[in-house]
Amino acid sequence: MATTTPQKVGWSVANIVVIVLVLIPLVWIISLSFKTTGSITDPSYFPTHWTWSNYSGILTTSTFLRPLLNSIGIGAIATFIAVVLASMAAYAVARLRFPGKSVLIGVSLLIAMFPAIALATPLFNIERILGLFNTWPGLIIPYVATGLPLGIYTLSAFFREIPWELEKAAKVDGATPFQAFVRVIAPLAAPGMVTTAILVFLFCWNEFLLAITLTATTASRTAPAALSFFTGSSQFAVPTGSISAAAVVITIPIIIFVLFFQRRIVAGLTSGAVKG
Amino acid sequence: MAEIILEHVTKRFPDGALAVDDFNLDIADGEFVILVGPSGCGKSTTLNMIAGLEDISSGELRIGGQVVNQKSPKDRDIAMVFQSYALYPHMTVRENMGFALKLAKTPRDVINQKVEEAARILDLTQHLDRKPANLSGGQRQRVAMGRAIVRDPAAFLMDEPLSNLDAKLRVQTRTEVSRLQKRLGTTMVYVTHDQVEALTLGDRVAVMRSGLLQQVASPQELYDRPVNLFVAGFIGSPSMNFMSGALEEGKLRTGLGDIPIAGQLQRDLAGSKVGRDVIVGIRPENFEDGALVPAEHRHNGITFPASIDVVESLGSEKFVYFSKELGTVETAELAELARDAGRAEGGATEETVVARLDPATTITEGQDTELWVDVRAVHVFDPETGRNLTRGTDSRATAAPAAPPASAAAPAAGPDDSAAGQDTGSTATPPR
Repeated sequence: MATTTPQKVGWSVANIVVIVLVLIPLVWIISLSFKTTGSITDPSYFPTHWTWSNYSGILTTSTFLRPLLNSIGIGAIATFIAVVLASMAAYAVARLRFPGKSVLIGVSLLIAMFPAIALATPLFNIERILGLFNTWPGLIIPYVATGLPLGIYTLSAFFREIPWELEKAAKVDGATPFQAFVRVIAPLAAPGMVTTAILVFLFCWNEFLLAITLTATTASRTAPAALSFFTGSSQFAVPTGSISAAAVVITIPIIIFVLFFQRRIVAGLTSGAVKG
Repeated sequence: MAEIILEHVTKRFPDGALAVDDFNLDIADGEFVILVGPSGCGKSTTLNMIAGLEDISSGELRIGGQVVNQKSPKDRDIAMVFQSYALYPHMTVRENMGFALKLAKTPRDVINQKVEEAARILDLTQHLDRKPANLSGGQRQRVAMGRAIVRDPAAFLMDEPLSNLDAKLRVQTRTEVSRLQKRLGTTMVYVTHDQVEALTLGDRVAVMRSGLLQQVASPQELYDRPVNLFVAGFIGSPSMNFMSGALEEGKLRTGLGDIPIAGQLQRDLAGSKVGRDVIVGIRPENFEDGALVPAEHRHNGITFPASIDVVESLGSEKFVYFSKELGTVETAELAELARDAGRAEGGATEETVVARLDPATTITEGQDTELWVDVRAVHVFDPETGRNLTRGTDSRATAAPAAPPASAAAPAAGPDDSAAGQDTGSTATPPR
């Protein structure tokens, strides 16, 4: 199909509109993060006086640095556990025939559908009683649970595409089912595991509701939650500059991540949609 | 090294489908046995059961004297080559070939030595450090073979290992497989749907149809003395011509003419009722151009008029196709063979006869001519059971079908009725 000039122009305009709409708030945040406290409320979109003070401010206080560390730690641990468990479950879903298989898939999808807001209060009470409140495991456990359905769904699509004969060959070569999985199937599913890990990590990194509900201090508070606890120099000053700077700091890794892995992420989200 | 014995082996899938039904076969140590049949006949399932990749529903499987029904593949000491080769894509050729030994915790220098030895035999030495994705189809096939031979197993199992190669390479590799098996002297079970491959490779060939073993015999025996309609139609290319016939006093009435019942044919058909309907089978090479038959052989056959539709000259032989009112033959066996060959069911090819003639023939397309058919080679089948009533049919002087020598189509010179009705027991010991 040849595209005519009016079509090209039309699409270009539409694309530009979308890009501008998306970029305006983003650029605004970046712009705010470079403004001085006094000029935050001035009418200019771009800062008139550039300053690093917002960044130096947040990066020298433990109210932001510690949550950043929590975010990385909790995200990494939850991702690791979720991918290991999900790959085993996905392997079973893709390869084995067992009673209750459809129930398992159904239940895991159900968990993904469940509105998090409905879970926040019960989880808060449960974790308080169990002593998990305001600890790393207190966030890691629900994150693993929410990451699993996504992981199982994505990984089983990858496993389904690995020829079954490879596994038969490994068995005939003398491998136990576990060896066949670890030495033949898992290495071949590695791209799928990386994709799943990225998706689960992004979810953990961005999660706000549970993070704000299940934490109380910087001992376990993650970066998005910490943002909401920023205070200004006085009770009446809103710390817009600091919040903007922190938002930029936690967004940059994600942008780099997504740009770098965008093909993988799309492949992971859509694989299994057409095939399998 | 080991013999493989299958006794009453049956495979029934959970959905109730019977894939293999009461399969009995003794495979001797060092023997090369082919399982052949159309798609869905249960040959691959049988192989998978020997490998341990499929459970055996009932019956007993012994490898090297041990019952292995319940053993996992890794404890059976067998190596398998898959149709898709199933090479591990993330490993180099060297790692692929050494994987089994590595799992068996063989010392690294022994693995290297064995892999290099196998690579030398298979001409893969310069490719050892490449990944399978960078190899050609033929090289991948050899890596798959190499992966099997480095283990020095009790038996090789091959599941259509050549079907992914192009025609020329397939013929070449076929010879290599045969040579390799002779050299290693290891028991080999080989599955194929290609009857030419089956006849050229095997010490013995087992023909299967819908889960049932039809006949086990040497290739020549299968060709000369098929036990039933299915084997007769499956083995041989082009396949046997079938036509309806009627047994009468002293003669067999067919669309080609009346065939006198004498000699071996008389002995074979002695017990059959006069007047019954039969199916007559004649191989293409049993026809000859009437003008080329020496006078002293004429009495061994009958001549009949034919108008030739198509002549295909292959240099060393000529195939001619002619149509004749022969009476349509319809049985389940033949319908299945037609399906397998990709022909429409009950297609119009039924009444077209193929004849393989001496290349010296001057017959041309559209010509009305006279053909001669050697009646000593006629097969007569029971239309109800498909059983061959003439199993003692004398083997002609025709050579093995895959290697047609120049004079292959020449009529037999030997005296009539030489071979007596030798029994083709389904578990006969191999000719070794």
